[in-house]
Amino acid sequence: MLGKLSWAAVPFDQPIPMAASAVVACVMFGVLAWVVLKGHLPYLWNEWITSVDHKRIGVMYCLLAMVMLLRGFTDAIMMRSQQALAFHSPGYLPPEHYDQIFSAHGTLMIFFVAMPFIIGLMNFVVPLQLGIRDVAFPTLNSVGFWLTASGALLVNISLVVGEFSRATWLPYPPLSELAYSPGVGVDYYCWAIQISGVGTLLSGVNLVTTVLKMHAPGMTYLRMPMFCWTTLAANLLIVAAFPILTATLAMLLLDRYLGFHFFTNEAGGNMMMFVNLIWAWGHPEVYILILPAFGIYSEVISTFSGKPLFGYRSMVIATMAICILAFMVWLHHFFTMGAGADVNAFFGIMTTIIAVPTGVKIFNWLFTMFAGRVVFSTALLWSLGFMVTFVVGGMTGVLLAVPPADFVLHNSLFLVAHFHNVLIGGMLFGCFAGYTYWFPKAFGFRLHEGLGKAAFWCWTIGFYVAFMPLYVLGLEGMTRRMQHYDVPEWRPWVLLAAVGAVIIMAGIILQITQLVVSIRHREELRDDTGDPWNGRSLEWATASPPPAFNFAVLPTISSEEAYWDLKQRAIQQSLLSPEPSYDDVEMPRNSPTGFICAFFATMMGFALIWHIWWLVGVAFVGAFATFVVFAWRDHDEYVIPVETVARIDRANRAARTKVLSRMRAAR
Amino acid sequence: MTARPGRSDDARARWRQVHETGRYVAVLSVLFLSSCKPAVLDPRGPVSLANETILLDSLVIMLAIVVPTIIATLGFAWWFRASNTKAAYWPTWAYSGQLELIVWSIPLMVIILLGGVIWIGSHELDPATPLASSTRPLEVQVVSLDWKWLFIYPEQHIASVNQLVVPAGVPIHFSLTSASVMNAFFIPQLGSMIYTMNGMTTHLNLLADAPGDFMGLSSDYSGDGFSGMHFAVHAETAEAFNAWVKATQADGPSLNRQTYPDLATQSIDTKPFTYRSAEPGLFRAITSRELPPGPGPRSGRPDSSVSPRTER
Amino acid sequence: MSATHADPHRLGHGARSLGGGIPSKRIVVGYGFWIFLLSDIIMFSAFFASYAVLSNATAGGPSGKQLFDLTNVGIETMCLLLSSFTCGLAGIGARKESNLMFQASMAATFVLGAVFLALEIREFAGLVAQGAGPARSAFLTAFFTLVGCHGLHVTAGLMWLLTMMAQVFAKGYRPDILRRVMCFSLFWHALDIIWVALFSVVYLIGVSQ
Repeated sequence: MLGKLSWAAVPFDQPIPMAASAVVACVMFGVLAWVVLKGHLPYLWNEWITSVDHKRIGVMYCLLAMVMLLRGFTDAIMMRSQQALAFHSPGYLPPEHYDQIFSAHGTLMIFFVAMPFIIGLMNFVVPLQLGIRDVAFPTLNSVGFWLTASGALLVNISLVVGEFSRATWLPYPPLSELAYSPGVGVDYYCWAIQISGVGTLLSGVNLVTTVLKMHAPGMTYLRMPMFCWTTLAANLLIVAAFPILTATLAMLLLDRYLGFHFFTNEAGGNMMMFVNLIWAWGHPEVYILILPAFGIYSEVISTFSGKPLFGYRSMVIATMAICILAFMVWLHHFFTMGAGADVNAFFGIMTTIIAVPTGVKIFNWLFTMFAGRVVFSTALLWSLGFMVTFVVGGMTGVLLAVPPADFVLHNSLFLVAHFHNVLIGGMLFGCFAGYTYWFPKAFGFRLHEGLGKAAFWCWTIGFYVAFMPLYVLGLEGMTRRMQHYDVPEWRPWVLLAAVGAVIIMAGIILQITQLVVSIRHREELRDDTGDPWNGRSLEWATASPPPAFNFAVLPTISSEEAYWDLKQRAIQQSLLSPEPSYDDVEMPRNSPTGFICAFFATMMGFALIWHIWWLVGVAFVGAFATFVVFAWRDHDEYVIPVETVARIDRANRAARTKVLSRMRAAR
Repeated sequence: MTARPGRSDDARARWRQVHETGRYVAVLSVLFLSSCKPAVLDPRGPVSLANETILLDSLVIMLAIVVPTIIATLGFAWWFRASNTKAAYWPTWAYSGQLELIVWSIPLMVIILLGGVIWIGSHELDPATPLASSTRPLEVQVVSLDWKWLFIYPEQHIASVNQLVVPAGVPIHFSLTSASVMNAFFIPQLGSMIYTMNGMTTHLNLLADAPGDFMGLSSDYSGDGFSGMHFAVHAETAEAFNAWVKATQADGPSLNRQTYPDLATQSIDTKPFTYRSAEPGLFRAITSRELPPGPGPRSGRPDSSVSPRTER
Repeated sequence: MSATHADPHRLGHGARSLGGGIPSKRIVVGYGFWIFLLSDIIMFSAFFASYAVLSNATAGGPSGKQLFDLTNVGIETMCLLLSSFTCGLAGIGARKESNLMFQASMAATFVLGAVFLALEIREFAGLVAQGAGPARSAFLTAFFTLVGCHGLHVTAGLMWLLTMMAQVFAKGYRPDILRRVMCFSLFWHALDIIWVALFSVVYLIGVSQ
């Protein structure tokens, strides 16, 4: 009846997962109880869960990412403390637990922190920057988000019911095959990633179509803000790369469930095919993460330097070059396979070529600041921290792309230090910059600057203290994923790295404090103008938070910095442009499709993991029925009457007029 | 520098020079705080020396561009801070053809230089290329098992587990495979690592310059017993090596198709030991999958010595 | 109905001449679906690649030459190609809003697709019965997965087809339903293209080797 599932699947004998899940359960039920008792449930259901508004979905993506960041960081702290203790000693985490922790850490951080954070920011910002009212496929967007959340839920269920994968975040066979990983851990991993992978793919299709096809009038491709370009590049990569991941994991699942022989040691299976396929997805994946972050830095540095982005066309070319080159370098993840000198040299050189467009970007940001008026806001600090940190990470990345150097650094902590260097210093700093930068747009008040800067310094210093020792450890020959070790030279560096992790933890605590303090003092931090940073792109033309329809009348674009030019004209004339003629606005209707789909997807994933076949059938029928019912409805749009549109827009215009008169008075 | 065919003495001297300066700069840049040198930067053989040279050369080439960039980033940001009234402000300056040309060409030139290093380095240090030496290489067959290393000396007809004894100054040709999951064979002070994979054979050539003891380890995660999967490497003088072979041949169990399955079952932290004899053709039988791959966990779970959680 | 549906941003046609602006919903939906189809084709290419790698890994088991029956596959191919034709007819029927033409063509498409699927299942069952199931060798693993993945797509297509027939029957030729019909026919034709590649790479080359 319940397949492999029984009470024995719950690790009652293991205090750490039990305590952790008890805490998580308490928090979850506490929040749920608070929502229900306070009567917020209808609001939550109508305004958020069933929302197809790209801004709401974007915010939910970011929220998911932040919550998962806490979980992933807890894993990181456990790993660092285990290694700090496990010198000539087994430490406090036995291998079968430690192995789950680093597997979960990698999986969570990439798939459920980095991806949702970046997709959330893209979702929120891109339609606003393009001057449109919604994305191309709003309901699909909601389905994509909820499927991602479903995957995250499955990973977290594995904490209590059964176990998570012990085969690392990219489960190389044959270790991940049934013969060597007979538990449910790898199945949890595979199904969670398959479900969220479908969500990511849908989101990618949606955003590619949006950026390529949906623009305000006059917004030609070469007038799009840089962030839109990087979004386009990242989502093209999603559309081209994620199907490979889906296919590869499907093969692994067929091996595990039906005794197929794609990657097994028996019957002619070829495990190196998995390694090739997974990196054919995996390398583009790192550019999926970093390119949008590059876009955020472009926006932030330009805004806080009071200048347009330097070398816009170069930046576009560089972005698209990286997008294409991303598919030609996957083999550098396994130079040590023994593929031969020509193959290694080719992929090594291709990899270093990517450093050219990346270097161009760095220089262009540098010249954006040149002869500017640099305002050291929190968002800019993250960007500066990025520029300094990322060139170091890029440099070590190029080092690893030199095959003979990789032969002694591969899989070592040097590698771990490198990709944390680019992922934290590159991607995560970008997300934090974007979070600080667009927070007032989303909620109408700024984040506390002082606490934000303190968090920045903790993160940056913590990063250097935590990861520079890993470079040294890598040079000392310490390999990654060690549960214990007995080389005395490694010890001091491992301890130092643990100290770094604690400093980063202080940064995270400061960020939580910042959020709480900012919400409590929201009236002091209120932004009435809709343009708190003196921004340059169209999102700042709307009110904060923007109305559901974003723009009462779609703006007509005639230059690269649409909003900046509009603003300059208004300042010169001390007058806003004349009031447009308003009209009814049709917006897509909210839909529970995404949530219900994800419900059935979670059910199906769980049933498949535990071999509860009847439940698989139920879930499949449920999911199909959801689609049919969704397709059956007659009205998928609702009308916002012209009076409402006019009222909302006039309020925005009034706020801006007030700013203008204040400026006039100042002059 | 490694004595490899096809490289003129001139070039070698130049590399040597670059290497010396490079090492100095890099050593400073990596900020050595510990008294002893990290294993990778303390090479004890021609391969690891060449690895290190290329590593440091590439680092120096890149530092030449990275350090000025970092300084410029901080400098620009500070000088052009909003409160600095002395700084210029060109609010519309966003394009300069000449600057863009420079911006593209600097990284391009660095990468062209580096591309040369990669091309030459990849070919000279291909792990499968035999080392140039007047001595005949010693053959060692390496099998990674769950979770220990088996070294078969086909010419001496002996084998050892988690312990590799080699003569110093003699090139060693390793043929490597895995009995179960993937691993990587790595002796940091001797250089280049290489994967071991079931059903496949990889090749690696190393040489220890002088007698010494080194750390060897698996550098690719292979499961619960992975952290204990290291081995001691002893480079001995020729006489000492021969004496060791003699002593090994005299004592210990023998490795053959009957005893191999026992060795192949999962175990952790295996103490080093030696086999008096090793059946010829055993390595081939493993790579051709004539001998079945090493079994996974005995009861659907890792052995209880590894994992206290039992089958559910 | 169609005007408001097609143009939620009320841009009219003048807007497009500015070189931006939002095209009709039909174009956006078609465009998005094309992109999805491209991603689907990339997924197939991963299976094709794995088949290419494993096609000689027969592990002592039977090879394609011994197993494939080109007559059966030929009939399958005819069914699928013909169904693309009837699918095209259904598209014309939908545009003409002709119930007879649309429903009859869709039904014909369904029958042809179902015959294709039945033949494929028979082929698979026959292979398994003679001990050449997917677990026999890596070659058969890759074969069953590649062909089976296409078969699953056809199955999904048939379910979609029935839904579209029901929707048109219940709701008529509404713009949103016409868009779905368009997407369906794109999907069906894409399956055809994949089958042509599959037929050539797997069966023709398999038999000739």
